Amino acid sequence: MMNNMFLKNNKYNKLFSNINNLDYIEGRSLFDNARRRFLLNKAAMISLLLLTLIVLFSFIGPFFSQWTNEEIDWNALGNIATQGKPSISTGHFFGTDELGRDLYSRVLQGSQISLMVGFVGALIAVVVGTIYGTIAGYFGGKVDSIMMRIVDILMSIPYMFVLIILMVIFERSVILLFIGIGLISWLDMARIVRGQTLSLKNKEFIEASIAIGVKNYIIIVKHIVPNLLGIVAVYATLLIPGMIITESFISFLGLGVQEPLTSWGALISEGARTMQYGTLWQLLFPLSFFIVSLFCFYFIGDGLRDALDPKDR
Amino acid sequence: MIYFIIRRLAVSIPTLLILIILSFILMYSAPGGPFTSERPLPPQVLANIQAKYGLDDPLWKQIWDYTYGIIFNFDFGPSFRYKDRSVNDIIAQGFPVTLTYGTWSFIVAVFFGCSLGIIAAIRQNSWLDYFAVGVSIGAQVLPNFVLAPILVLVFTLLLGWLPGGGWNGGQWQCIVMPVIALSTSYMASIARLMRSSMLEVLNSNFIRTAKAKGLPVKLIIFRHALKPSLLPVISYLGPAFVGMITGSVVIDLYFSTGGIGLHFVNGALNRDYSTIMGITILVGILTITFNLIVDILYAWIDPKIRY
Repeated sequence: MMNNMFLKNNKYNKLFSNINNLDYIEGRSLFDNARRRFLLNKAAMISLLLLTLIVLFSFIGPFFSQWTNEEIDWNALGNIATQGKPSISTGHFFGTDELGRDLYSRVLQGSQISLMVGFVGALIAVVVGTIYGTIAGYFGGKVDSIMMRIVDILMSIPYMFVLIILMVIFERSVILLFIGIGLISWLDMARIVRGQTLSLKNKEFIEASIAIGVKNYIIIVKHIVPNLLGIVAVYATLLIPGMIITESFISFLGLGVQEPLTSWGALISEGARTMQYGTLWQLLFPLSFFIVSLFCFYFIGDGLRDALDPKDR
Repeated sequence: MIYFIIRRLAVSIPTLLILIILSFILMYSAPGGPFTSERPLPPQVLANIQAKYGLDDPLWKQIWDYTYGIIFNFDFGPSFRYKDRSVNDIIAQGFPVTLTYGTWSFIVAVFFGCSLGIIAAIRQNSWLDYFAVGVSIGAQVLPNFVLAPILVLVFTLLLGWLPGGGWNGGQWQCIVMPVIALSTSYMASIARLMRSSMLEVLNSNFIRTAKAKGLPVKLIIFRHALKPSLLPVISYLGPAFVGMITGSVVIDLYFSTGGIGLHFVNGALNRDYSTIMGITILVGILTITFNLIVDILYAWIDPKIRY
């Protein structure tokens, strides 16, 4: 009898404490869930770590180099295949290029440019594409069809050729490269954002805002844009490698940034030109930086997509 | 259907005009005319040359002449760099080469991409599936300008199987490496698209019904699942084709195949404006035409599209 009472008592106590604590249990928000899923994704986490290391290395690494990216090592010049090998003692950690310049500092400097192009291109795409897409999707009707027709027209222009013409006609510079890449990068983003806005527009909470007379631009900024953030983040991450590839492509043709500045594409093209002279490191160092970083971006993008859009799995 | 085609054409033609006018204005606003050189020409000679090429006309007349020439005579005007050749000659020389390896790459990419995607989807989570997914991720970080040097390194320098470049009138040894370099990344994208859309279709109700009826697997895949799952692939064909033509710039430069890409880069480096514009507009025409074909194909396959 006593025993039974005690058990019952214990049960009540437990129930009581549960009820008491109920208001302390927090619901998990969409972003909490997404963060948990992302943290569990091993490939994405490793990529994030690796990419952080590469970014840090490309900005901190130059402090440890014994040569600048312009200096010519006259000892190595003319005898690159033997004297210009990667070695600690000469201070050329990655060897030298065919002109006797230190490849270590050139690769790091090229990484800075390539990564910067990627991030700036994605940033332009996010800002312009989001604004353009939400306006087209939200207002709909004639505005939408005119704005999307413009996107269609721009999309069927062979942008790579136009970008090259731009680089040829005006002075080649990093700024122009940013502008040119930014000009084309937002088109896809605008389409995706518009599609999402179209489906969001008819949700009850937007209708409610319209009903109580909230101004259009406040609805866009406060209610539509926050709901787009997930998908925008995913596509921005997937855009960065595309931007880097575009820039490298143009640099590969010798039309990108100007010497002494360099980028991954330019370094790969130099290395590819000289590989039959037994100086393979000139190709392999920039190539491995390029490939590893792009892999990381793709895995992070995939991880983000899986995390933010679980129905896709 | 005819109404749809007409409406699409109505969009394509202004696009083309915008492209022509835009590139002409770009060329017009370029600092330094095509005949400014290190040694300045006497003013009278310069004026004569400009009159010969019609460069002293007002801007609107130049644009009108240029556009008129392209649309009605398919004439891209004279090259500003080579006195004895017109842009048409340059294109006629390079374009067949580009078209040859471009078409091969396109066929290879579509065929192998679709097959790989279908196999991966049917045998989901088998080693074949993992292999296909692995290949497609790997190929995405290997754009053609990265793949080309690697191919040369392996097949020419290490194994010595294939020539490192040249065209030789289209000998097959010379086509292999350009085609691999050009098609791999598109093959990967197509395989990815095909796999995911095939998986989606295979999980849908009408396939379940077909299985329940006891149809053989081959029939289910080829008669019922293939057509709807091809839709995303078809919408990707437009960009893929454009990518092949753009990629020819790298292929020509790297394998010295002598297609239009080579002339484009040379024109760009020599400031031969009329050549680079002519090639840009030609690629633009091809792009627009191809997108049109793809759209029509899409509307024809997908009964849900309203036109």
